[in-house]
Amino acid sequence: MAKNVVFSRLRRLEKNERLEDDLSSSCDSHEVHVLAVDDSFVDRKVIERLLKITSCKVTAVDSGRRALQFLGLDEEESSVGFDGLKVDLIITDYCMPGMTGYELLKKIKGSSTFREIPVVIMSSENVLTRIDRCLEEGAEDFIVKPVKLSDVKRLKNYMFGEGREKSQDRGFNKRKLQETSPSPSPTSSTSPEPSSDSSSTSSPSKLRSPTSLNSPTRRFKTSNHK
Amino acid sequence: MLGFGAERLRADMNRLLALLFHQGVLDEQFLQLQQLQDESSPNFVSEVVNIYFHESEKLLRNLRGLLLDREFSDYNKMGIHLNQFMGSSSSIGAKRVRNVCVAFRAASEQSNRPGCLRALELLEYEYCYLKNKLHELFQIEQQRILAAAVRYPPVQNHLNNP
Repeated sequence: MAKNVVFSRLRRLEKNERLEDDLSSSCDSHEVHVLAVDDSFVDRKVIERLLKITSCKVTAVDSGRRALQFLGLDEEESSVGFDGLKVDLIITDYCMPGMTGYELLKKIKGSSTFREIPVVIMSSENVLTRIDRCLEEGAEDFIVKPVKLSDVKRLKNYMFGEGREKSQDRGFNKRKLQETSPSPSPTSSTSPEPSSDSSSTSSPSKLRSPTSLNSPTRRFKTSNHK
Repeated sequence: MLGFGAERLRADMNRLLALLFHQGVLDEQFLQLQQLQDESSPNFVSEVVNIYFHESEKLLRNLRGLLLDREFSDYNKMGIHLNQFMGSSSSIGAKRVRNVCVAFRAASEQSNRPGCLRALELLEYEYCYLKNKLHELFQIEQQRILAAAVRYPPVQNHLNNP
């Protein structure tokens, strides 16, 4: 793939290819930049790879504190001088020592500079009250761990900025409501296809492609923060 | 004949994987990791798994240290270690290890020391089994890669040169 051609994010998503992130490419390549926050080294490795394989630039940090530092939100509310390092999405673990993902979410949504950045929460615990709390605080989505490629691919819908496809895929990950463990009985169809829409655990409400524009389910929640 | 070796090794790998799935040692998350491995990241699975091993052994040492301390009472701290262990196990698809952590955590929440000790033993056992099997898997894979590489020697050129 030619590195100097500017693709629109939409077209990139439609191509659905595995593009490798080229860190040396210029900043106007419109590559999506994701800030991933997780105290677990294993999980950081995995989320980093998941994001890179979906052609995102990734910055992975191990705490909420470091995330805020990276954003420039730590202590001083200095405006962002990170020219090419604009963050398009923040994905954070919920349970972290020090600052939890929820607290990080609140800080971000409480900042006039950064509250527009979509924040996604990950958690291994499938607790409805926790999920609701995060969504009410302005989280874009809530992913139950372990995170899969299909989860990350869905996230790309949140990262369009101005050219944003409105309203689709606001249904949050209902997968968690239907399973209590990460692995239901593996049928013979557990040869997962990453580009397939139907994993054995997905729920019918899990929207995927940017072509489904008709679900304003959670839009009203985030619009309050604008 | 060398090519045949690669095929057989691949079959061995698949057989071992199938066994581990059947035993519930691994779940589909492990397959997910395999799918993230490609030419641009050819050792992804073993890299992540090695990080997991490193961290797990630290956690196991911590857990053992806590429990064997006669004055131990900090079940909270134990819970934190267990949550970490559970999380990383789930992230690599180590289903059985994760499940033992769940039981362990339940015992810990009840401040049930003998229960915790039993759970720790079981956890160490399951972890050992997992580690051995994954090492075996990686070994077979290494051999398969070598065998497959030798399979396509420059001999092919002879076919193209009349």
